[in-house]
Amino acid sequence: MEEQELVVRMEKISKVYPNGIAANRDVDFSVKKGEIHALIGENGAGKSTLMKILFGLEQPTDGNIYLNGEKVTLASPLVAISKGIGMVHQHFMLVPSLTVAENIVLGMAPKKSGIFIDNKEAVRLTREYSEKYNLHVDPDARVADIAVGMKQKVEILKALVRGARVLILDEPTAVLTTQETGELFQELKNLKEKGFTIIFISHKLKEIKELTDRITIMRSGLSVGVYETDSISEQEISRLMVGRDVVLKVSKTESVPAETVLTVNDLHYINEWDKKTLNGVSFAVRSGEIVGIAGVEGNGQRELVDILFGLKLPASGDARVSGQSLIGLPQARIRHLGVSYVPEDRMTFGVAQTASIQENVISDRYSRKEFNNGPLFNMKSLHKESDKLIVDYAVLCKSRSQEVGMLSGGNIQKVVVAREFSSDPILIIADQPTRGIDVGATELIRKRLVELARAGCAVLLVSADLNEVMELSDSLIVMYNGRIAGYFDDGKWDDVMMGEYMLGLKSQSDEEIRRACHA
Amino acid sequence: MLQQLYESIFRADFLFAIIRITAPILFAALAAVIAEKAGVVNIGLEGMMMISALFGFLIAYWTQSWAIGVLGAMLIGILLGLMMGFFSFKLKTNIILSGIAVNMLGAGGTIFLLHMFTGLRGNTGALVSPNILIPTIDIPLINKIPILGEMLSGHAILTYLAFILVVVIRVFLYKTPLGLKMRAVGENPSAASSVGVSVLKMKYIAIAMSGALAGFGGAFMSMYYSQGWNQGMVAGRGFIALAAQAMGRGEPVGAMFSSLLFGLAQAMKTKVSGLRGIASYNYLIEMIPYVVTIIGLVVYAISIKRRARRHQLKPVKE
Repeated sequence: MEEQELVVRMEKISKVYPNGIAANRDVDFSVKKGEIHALIGENGAGKSTLMKILFGLEQPTDGNIYLNGEKVTLASPLVAISKGIGMVHQHFMLVPSLTVAENIVLGMAPKKSGIFIDNKEAVRLTREYSEKYNLHVDPDARVADIAVGMKQKVEILKALVRGARVLILDEPTAVLTTQETGELFQELKNLKEKGFTIIFISHKLKEIKELTDRITIMRSGLSVGVYETDSISEQEISRLMVGRDVVLKVSKTESVPAETVLTVNDLHYINEWDKKTLNGVSFAVRSGEIVGIAGVEGNGQRELVDILFGLKLPASGDARVSGQSLIGLPQARIRHLGVSYVPEDRMTFGVAQTASIQENVISDRYSRKEFNNGPLFNMKSLHKESDKLIVDYAVLCKSRSQEVGMLSGGNIQKVVVAREFSSDPILIIADQPTRGIDVGATELIRKRLVELARAGCAVLLVSADLNEVMELSDSLIVMYNGRIAGYFDDGKWDDVMMGEYMLGLKSQSDEEIRRACHA
Repeated sequence: MLQQLYESIFRADFLFAIIRITAPILFAALAAVIAEKAGVVNIGLEGMMMISALFGFLIAYWTQSWAIGVLGAMLIGILLGLMMGFFSFKLKTNIILSGIAVNMLGAGGTIFLLHMFTGLRGNTGALVSPNILIPTIDIPLINKIPILGEMLSGHAILTYLAFILVVVIRVFLYKTPLGLKMRAVGENPSAASSVGVSVLKMKYIAIAMSGALAGFGGAFMSMYYSQGWNQGMVAGRGFIALAAQAMGRGEPVGAMFSSLLFGLAQAMKTKVSGLRGIASYNYLIEMIPYVVTIIGLVVYAISIKRRARRHQLKPVKE
């Protein structure tokens, strides 16, 4: 440690959000000068929060930050930038209609004759840095017209021009093609040789092995270890990343799957950056069983769920519920087929925040005869229905007319679940149903899912919470890189094995995966 | 009748009229352009013009100087802009609502203020004197050229200013660091703030500039165009200007051409209503500029849609 100075040293960093969620707990994190340091962990492990603190976007609740041995307070990104820290965000911070050069000098534009932008100087500056660091961009091109890979270079240049010596890259390869990724790695190695320090956030093990010198692994807000990249195997990393903490046990009986409810056949999806995010996914869900989909986020689960609930159209392939194709159907029709949906983003897709609990729980059934008296609502039966659901799902609230937005996260999710689970569905698509909510609500929702499945409902459970899918599922699909990497129906799975499939270290043969279709 | 119309249109004084009528719309359209570039919808242009028209005139009357009057109108415009900004950016009201508030203030408040300050009702006809009206200038040499001279020379100083500002604002937006920052803020505020550009400051500057331009428009109306302030004088120009901004694709030069189109429509209306035997259709004819506005916006909307289809931009998911 002594001979190689530490550029960044974060000591006992804690971050507790006002809602009580601790994103970081006593995290120590340090980076040596001139290294490429990987920060790895599952979604929600706290790596983004830690980096936001380092870039001045968030303030730590506790702990100290030292840059080059000097204690600093990073009150805003501007302060961080002035101290030589640059960040390349996952979502680019670029202005599409401006040229590459204009984006690079934005906020620090060179002037001529006092008032005008010196465009020549801006272009020259861009060229200079672009050549010096081997990051080839066209200074005069509009950002709207350039490819994603080049946009990323522009972002890196932006940081370099502002004097960054430490570069934070937040999942930089998530949007890149394989070729662009290769290019990026070459450029980063180049920068390292020139003495820059790079912090590389990722959960792709291969990339980390290829590129980085040291690794800090995070899990549920804690740092679980710092390793030399060469001294640790991919298996070991995956074990540390997904290792289990507390397990909530749900008692459940053996499933007796009956007829097939959902069949997904060879789905393909190409996203707005021409990246194939679903690449031939086929499986089936039968009534009476819970099929879990595990995987690190961003491996096609989002697209799959969106397609199944009519929010996206696939490039090709089909999905059918009881023989009826879902593709291109409006949500009301999909619901009519008996599909319920617990969305991941409950505040946007799950509830109307300013509407009452009653209004939210009846929003899928208000047109039924029993709730109407001619042109008017039958308020009595509506009250009865909503009060019943509030009791059944133990929604903690003042009354049925309370605004949903005023409830706690767990109770909001109970409102969503109360509506979705009580409409006699034949298929429930539950997307991260217990993310970020309290233990009580989590237990209730999991219990209800199992009950419904045992009563003959087909359940598709998508979750990034490995414990959850492993506990609840009767059979398990692991997704990696837009494909099914493994299918397990024997109930014998553990986190080490899951980790290996989730991170692409292992995958099953086509033969084994085809079993997921039950055909 | 058509014969009569042709005769009155193909004349230099008709072209002169178009330019004169265009000027106030152009001021307001430029005001809309600047605000929009910084991502601010200034729907309060109509009210800003009404209020600054009144105060411009009153200040000119009190000081007996048209120049101080114009300056006063501009300052009032800036103040109104900053006020709208304060309500929207600081107190977080919806900008459309604060714009509407300014418009209501312009419609009702001005009559009250006029009465409070002067005891007059509805118009300032009684206070008009030549030295408080914006003077016209003859451009040497050009005024000797037939037709072109008649068309371009002899306009009010502010008319020339409106057209000069088209170029000035273009240069400002595209060639100065402030303009660059403003456009960045309008397009991607988080990108701008990530490199230390203050989004709030840029928006305040933009709406203040927008107010200043609306102030010029107002002064032009009361101190030249209608020769005195009267209620209903702005007659929807603030809204027509928003249409001109949109049709001009948010660019100063584009907005100028759309403003000229509206100027033409307005001039036509005046000519047509002056024809013999047409008096009974008066209200129909009054509609011409507004109908042109609607047609213009429809054409604009279609062209945007076509362009989007060509570029295969996906519409925003509902």
